[in-house]
Amino acid sequence: MHIVIIGNGIAGISVARHVRKRCQHEITVISGETDFFWSRTALMYIYMGHMKFEHTQPYEPWFWKKNRIALVKKVVTAISPENKALTFSDGSTMHYDKLVLATGSASNRFGWPGQDLEGVTGMVSKQDLDAIEHYSQGLQHAVIVGGGLIGIELAEMFHSRHIPVTFLVREKSFWNMVMPPEESEMINQEIYAQDGIDLRLGTGLKEILPDANGRVRAVITDQGEEIACQFVGLTAGVSPNISLAESAGIETGRGFLVNEYLETNVKDIYAAGDCAELRQPLPGRRGIEAVWYTGKLMGPVLAQTLSGNPTPYKQAIWFNSAKFMDMEYQVYGDVGNTVRQGEKHLFWKHEKQRKSIRLVYSAEDGRILGFNLMGIRYRQNVCQKWIESGTHIETVLQNLGAANFDPEFFAQYESQVVELYNRQNPGRNLQLKRKRGWKNMLAIINA
Amino acid sequence: MKYIQKAGLGVFIAALFAFISVLFLGNYEVTDAGLAQLSPQIKESHREMFLEELAQLKGRKFDSKFSFLGAVSSVIQLTNERVKQQYGLSEETIEGFIAAAVKGDDRSQRVSQQSYDQAVALVGDNMRETVLAYTNWLVGQSAGSEAELRQKVSDALTGAINGYAGNFSVSEYDAQDYLFSMAKIMAGGIYWENQFLFFLLIIVAGTVGALVWIFPAFFDGLPGIKHNGIYHQSATSRGLVGILAGIFLVGFYILLYFKHAYIAEWISLADPVSGFLRNGAAADRWFMYGFLYTISILVMGIRMFAKYRHSNYHKIRTASVIFFQTAFAFLIPQVLHNLNLPEQDLKNMWPLDYSFFFDYRLNTFTSTQTGIWMMVWGIILLAIGVPVLTYFFGKRWYCSWVCGCGGLAETLGDPYRQLSSKKLVSWQIERYLIHGVLVFVVAMTGMVLYTYFTGQSTILGFNSYSVRGMYGFAIGSIFAGVIGTGFYPLMGNRVWCRFGCPLAAYLGIVQRFKSRFRITTNGGQCISCGNCSTYCEMGIDVRAYAQRGQNIVRSSCVGCGVCAAVCPRGVLALENGDNDNSSRMSEVLY
Repeated sequence: MHIVIIGNGIAGISVARHVRKRCQHEITVISGETDFFWSRTALMYIYMGHMKFEHTQPYEPWFWKKNRIALVKKVVTAISPENKALTFSDGSTMHYDKLVLATGSASNRFGWPGQDLEGVTGMVSKQDLDAIEHYSQGLQHAVIVGGGLIGIELAEMFHSRHIPVTFLVREKSFWNMVMPPEESEMINQEIYAQDGIDLRLGTGLKEILPDANGRVRAVITDQGEEIACQFVGLTAGVSPNISLAESAGIETGRGFLVNEYLETNVKDIYAAGDCAELRQPLPGRRGIEAVWYTGKLMGPVLAQTLSGNPTPYKQAIWFNSAKFMDMEYQVYGDVGNTVRQGEKHLFWKHEKQRKSIRLVYSAEDGRILGFNLMGIRYRQNVCQKWIESGTHIETVLQNLGAANFDPEFFAQYESQVVELYNRQNPGRNLQLKRKRGWKNMLAIINA
Repeated sequence: MKYIQKAGLGVFIAALFAFISVLFLGNYEVTDAGLAQLSPQIKESHREMFLEELAQLKGRKFDSKFSFLGAVSSVIQLTNERVKQQYGLSEETIEGFIAAAVKGDDRSQRVSQQSYDQAVALVGDNMRETVLAYTNWLVGQSAGSEAELRQKVSDALTGAINGYAGNFSVSEYDAQDYLFSMAKIMAGGIYWENQFLFFLLIIVAGTVGALVWIFPAFFDGLPGIKHNGIYHQSATSRGLVGILAGIFLVGFYILLYFKHAYIAEWISLADPVSGFLRNGAAADRWFMYGFLYTISILVMGIRMFAKYRHSNYHKIRTASVIFFQTAFAFLIPQVLHNLNLPEQDLKNMWPLDYSFFFDYRLNTFTSTQTGIWMMVWGIILLAIGVPVLTYFFGKRWYCSWVCGCGGLAETLGDPYRQLSSKKLVSWQIERYLIHGVLVFVVAMTGMVLYTYFTGQSTILGFNSYSVRGMYGFAIGSIFAGVIGTGFYPLMGNRVWCRFGCPLAAYLGIVQRFKSRFRITTNGGQCISCGNCSTYCEMGIDVRAYAQRGQNIVRSSCVGCGVCAAVCPRGVLALENGDNDNSSRMSEVLY
């Protein structure tokens, strides 16, 4: 049995590693991007000089040989399901028994005039990183288009090198399609606090203008303003890489459409990670969840199926994390950007520091639904346990310290959260019973 | 702010330049006054001869330290040759000894008791004891031919002669001390005439410059991780500046340990401080080293307060290492010195303090009541303190909160933490080396104690004095100092702690098998970015565990807390939980 995986990102590599843990199938991983698996989430840190590229490779080169995972650096141009064969850009071919598409995604380009000029890139791949590094030489001013997690990373990258940035964000407040207004405002303030980043909320891109050599010279915003720049970063979200679908006859939506076994409509072809679109996501969840964790979670499940133990992929309780400049963010469970019908929010914010805790719970029966944290770390296992078991908000509050995962000697604010709840709910007089610590965590997990 | 910062750096670099320059500014002349001053420092056994030989140099002027110390070294050699002649045996006696010894009764090529006794009778009273000690093993020895046997006897006798002369000659250790004294006493020139001015220019201005350079970091952007540009800067990425810094540190340690006469200026720079703290005494090399060590920890500790101003763990931990270095390693020993008590660093312990059980230390301890208390305290720390505290808190209670080596690594060494190798092969080498040193120190100390209690210096064919000398040279000086600190800018700031320190090995074994300490991984939040591994000074591939959702239990972890601080996703936390090892290490989730 020859399992061929296209893409050496987190999804593809998770599949390969876990197949190898389970069985002796021949495994080949193909990538046109890099020789070895690397963590693209660390792309910014390479540019900022925190790490070198090799530090972002989680496994040493000997690992692949030892685990008999063959690595091929080629670009696949076509799939022929009838012959179970791949064609590479150099004309050569490869046979597969089972094929896994883990092709990831690429930056969105919404057809802006000038989007393919010299000096315009996205920020997803190693090639993008190399391009950004290249364009940074002598760069006087950069423009970033799109206010998501990648946009703010790119802004931080230029900021680290003292390159002035204009940051165009279409929304009225940063990432407010995901974040509730208060947290979104905290991010706005975090960006405003950085010298050299000019955040323009409610502003989009209209056009990118070239100079005589076909290089970026300026952008024109949808407000009609012209901003001189020599670089434009396009970070308005990502879309799955599905160009291989056509030759193979794979059904697509935005991504490769897959059933709960992550199998496409074509026999023996599967998809995982950013590029896979679930035909039937859970209610309230999306078919494509283009985050690192999706690939990491799908990998082991698909590996089971590929090694003879068909296992459905179930979307786990949502979690995500990010860092906005110096402010960390974690989310567990279902936290919307507004107080939706049937739910209540308890939102605590530190008076001076950039820290906040938001608890989302059911208005009806008090079940905890989600946690949204800025500048404070919470334990995934505790939050998950409470959400899974539908624990009542008041029980959660009394034990809230057990969820705290901040380092030792950091101040704990859970008692303030409990007080806030008591103030907002006259007649209630809850007391915090548990503080941070391993024992307290175990008590919750083993309850 | 930028300009103030640059000015501070400028002052620091100027002070560093002056620090190196002063080594080359002296001129030297041997005068009567100088010899008179030197005389009491020369051992009586060879004082007269040495001073007589030294008189040859009188009136000569040297404009370089190298030629001066070279000339003095030659004088020392001449002295030793004279010592050998004076305290040797005449050709006649030697010949007679050999002839008598090989003339066994039965003419077989064998030294009999009788012939040996006859040979020894030829030696004068003053040397007989030494000759017996060196040659009595000859009795019963035989050889294939008479010539061979004669050679054997001759070699043994030469050993005795050298051994006897050794009591009177200038040893290598004495020689370095005399050279150092002369490099101060016989020196002139701008530095020596303005010593206090140079103290101000180098030590005070250098410290102030460094602080001015560091200070703006307290206001640098918002509090948070400050690692921008580390791999773009030559100093922190094994570039030219880093290599030069490494060469400087290695050179410093080699000179400090083996050729301290050549850094007499540096040692004397600490005189004002030594005078103040030690009732007017001039600084010796160890005082100077302790002084520079302490101000390095202080100044770079202040840098840590700025860099980690968002992290209470790091602020408190840094305050702790500054306190233990300043009070326990530096000030308290000076007070003890002034009270005529053993200068014990009360937080140091065997086997890091490898000479703790050496005869001269034990004799000092046992000579006073306080000394006995110090010895008992040292043993309690080692036998009870380590297991108990490591059980509750992990080895960090010592390695990154108390220890002097750790204190330097966590402050002066912090800019280099990312340079430690994370390769699997490095971990393999590390385990062999560090546990090898632990075995070595235990064996060496066992031999030393055996000698102390029995008076026998030879154990299983090894001489305990040469084994302890070997340990002191290879491990105590070369590994801990020259490589351990000298290689900071090349191999990271924990080279010694990771590959060599036997105390770290001992603490690590407790941490690995019987401790509540672990680094907890927060579920599946790891994004494999590699910041934790990159900034682990001990070279632990933290990410390898974190990305599998597994807790980290490693004997080498010193609990610096930087992995948890640099993690952009809140995945890691140092915790003292229960000591059940399966729960500590947890299962692989991903």
